[in-house]
Amino acid sequence: MGGVLVQAFIYLCAAVVAVPIAKRLGLGSVLGYLIAGIVIGPVLGVVGAETAEIQHFAELGVVMMLFLVGLELEPRLLWDMRARLLGLGGLQVGLTVLVIAAAGFVLGVSWSIALAAGLILSLSSTAIVLQTLSEKGLVKTSGGQSSFAVLLFQDIAVIPMLALLPLLAIPELTGLADHGASNATEHHHLSLVDGLSGWTYALVVLGAVAMVVLGGHFLSRPLFRFIAASGLREIFTAAALLLVIGIALLMTLVDLSPALGTFLAGVVLANSEFRHELESDIEPFKGLLLGLFFITVGAGIDFAILMQSPGTLLGLTVGLIAAKALILFALARLFRLERGGDWLFTLGLAQAGEFGFVLLAFSVQAHVLPVDLAKTLSLVVALSMLLTPALFILYERWILPGLERTAKLPPDTIDEQGTVVIAGVGRFGQIVNRLLVASGVRTVVLDHAAAQIDILRKLGIKSWFGDATRPDLLHAAGMDAAAVLVVAIDDRERAVDLVAYARRRYPKVKILARAFDVNHLYLLKKAGADVAIRELFDASLNLGAEALRTLGVHPFKVEKMTRAFRLHDAQGLDEMYELWDLDPDLSRNRALLARVREHGGSLQEAMAAERMDLHDRTERGWTPPPKDYTSALQGEAPADEASSQTRHDIRHD
Amino acid sequence: MPDDQPPPYPRRILVLFAHPTQERSEVIAPMARAAANLPGVTVVDLYGRYPGFAIDVDREQAHLRTHDAVVFLHPLYWYSTPSILKEWQDLVLEHGFAYGSSGTALHGKVFFSALSAGGPEAAYCAAGYNHFTIRELLQPLEQTASLCGMFYLPPFALFGARTAVEDGRLEGHLQAWVRLLTALRDDRLDLEAAQRLPVLNGALDTVDREG
Repeated sequence: MGGVLVQAFIYLCAAVVAVPIAKRLGLGSVLGYLIAGIVIGPVLGVVGAETAEIQHFAELGVVMMLFLVGLELEPRLLWDMRARLLGLGGLQVGLTVLVIAAAGFVLGVSWSIALAAGLILSLSSTAIVLQTLSEKGLVKTSGGQSSFAVLLFQDIAVIPMLALLPLLAIPELTGLADHGASNATEHHHLSLVDGLSGWTYALVVLGAVAMVVLGGHFLSRPLFRFIAASGLREIFTAAALLLVIGIALLMTLVDLSPALGTFLAGVVLANSEFRHELESDIEPFKGLLLGLFFITVGAGIDFAILMQSPGTLLGLTVGLIAAKALILFALARLFRLERGGDWLFTLGLAQAGEFGFVLLAFSVQAHVLPVDLAKTLSLVVALSMLLTPALFILYERWILPGLERTAKLPPDTIDEQGTVVIAGVGRFGQIVNRLLVASGVRTVVLDHAAAQIDILRKLGIKSWFGDATRPDLLHAAGMDAAAVLVVAIDDRERAVDLVAYARRRYPKVKILARAFDVNHLYLLKKAGADVAIRELFDASLNLGAEALRTLGVHPFKVEKMTRAFRLHDAQGLDEMYELWDLDPDLSRNRALLARVREHGGSLQEAMAAERMDLHDRTERGWTPPPKDYTSALQGEAPADEASSQTRHDIRHD
Repeated sequence: MPDDQPPPYPRRILVLFAHPTQERSEVIAPMARAAANLPGVTVVDLYGRYPGFAIDVDREQAHLRTHDAVVFLHPLYWYSTPSILKEWQDLVLEHGFAYGSSGTALHGKVFFSALSAGGPEAAYCAAGYNHFTIRELLQPLEQTASLCGMFYLPPFALFGARTAVEDGRLEGHLQAWVRLLTALRDDRLDLEAAQRLPVLNGALDTVDREG
């Protein structure tokens, strides 16, 4: 226990110190984690051999990241991306393998080793690139989307690579590394598919994938709804974690990439009403585990090898980045990426990736690469990952300003999230939503009642399950990009809290809130709502008007009276807010109580005294002139009429 | 209210803009935008300000007092204005404010209507299918202005408005519109000469004393 606590303390301490400093310096969190790892590993030496163990655990971060990526990606979008996915991704991997293998061959390495190195180094770092793109808000740009397509292709390509690499095994290495092999089998712990023949293996794999897709599609909803009905938030979080870890485990059992499996599950769940809740539940775990992963990469850098031949290593790293960048840039041109997007694509993907470590370890076990070369290459991979933030800085500081000078950047692809977030879709928020959707406005609807969400979805209304008062869920619903937040949740106090929080956190978003009564309306206004409307006011007024019509009052007169009532009420509401603000406690605020009585009285008086006040207000404009008005005009012209510069005959019959 | 502040020019112009479907407007809405960009001109979007037709009489009257010229900017609907402009007249031009022995608030202010008409100009004459000239058709407005003691100018009209964009006539019309407002604002318009015209458009060159 003590040992674990010490480890946890060291890692967390390094992260908490290094990451904020790195962010402050504009380096991004990924570089912060890597530096933290280097400091506690090679520099201070406080962590050591266990980093490899921790790394296996931390790879869950990558798995969760792919799950979240999948959640963001509806199958339709994936299909729309197919050209970029296969074209850009396929060519990038293919060309990079060819170029690196050729370079290795020229340098005098045997062809099988050169090809293996090419395969391993052709991959880029999904973790670093996606994390950086989302931190910088570049995911939805055309460059970001192309990068994403290529990364996705690479992650899928890992599977055939794992199948292909053993074929490159070198006989000399096979004989040499027998004890190493026993080590490897020990590492390859559980597997359902060891020793299965080709077609049974294929069946088992297909079965596992089908389980993820069908289970995700048919079982997840009833399960989540059942859990949501319990009202226990932590159990929902536990279920989300269980889902991700369970799929990762299943994939490992059939020798598939866990990241790919959870990605698939994410895609399947992308249309689910629980998407935002799952997102905000998994997000913090992903962030921490991914951070841990980067720390272990930093801690695992073998500076001894670097010190032995720093020139060669740096040369290899820079050469690798240059070669990949060149190929990426050529592809960007070939696929006609937008200006700016092409550079983001080129510089963003030019490093080697974390799957490189996995493949290197696998290659050594499969006797494809000699241990020394693998160590060197893993250092090259780590160094190229370390240099990635520098490449992003290069993009931001040098390429972007130059582009902005020559031409305005094309607008980003329109965000798929709605411009109005509606919190609470009971009887009130539902009508608001219907009006907006019917008017062509994109909305994101959040509600805490899974049953309610279920009904709405059956009616074809896009809705998400979740507690709208949760900051992370609001964020996941796209509040950063939203123009308006409609607060229509039934819990009065939480509605006020939500308004206050949203006002602080999203100062630009207009907040429209439903109030239960005047006091609630004042509380909402005080909390920062731009508009607050009493839920019953208009309906009650309508019914009152209906009563007057039923009594035989002329409909237009009723209209005028309700207009007057509305005006009188609105004026009183504003005046009394000032008094209320001095002391919201109604029972002790005598000035307010007096004003309330006076206001009610003035309305009654106006109604009672032949309703003259009200009539005067509204009928004024339609009031005819006095009966003797024309005869007075015919008698003598007004005094000022004569003095005005133009003369007009104003006789009128 | 900032938009109620009078602009600092020889003649402060108030444009009352009335179009119920602005997203489909090809002539009047661009004219409103052009006018809104002119210093010294206040444009009020009546349908925007009073979507429920509940016109605030006090506010409108205060607005009228701080301007020296009033322009109705509207498409011609049934040989008259869109309904909100009629409602505006019914409510705002009160006895005791706009007419009657003490109703002198509008005396001496310039008034005209800037409109778009669907039919071709040839249709607006005794021989055409509309039988009357546009100035004749707008006689109720002319007499209203007269009763209010205002200085009436003939309408500034764009005929065949449905094809103005396709025929390339809009740009020239907008330029003439801006020129007219500028001349009126800076008191360079020969009002007496303008008053005798059938429409304000064609004779801008002879009427604008300096431009």
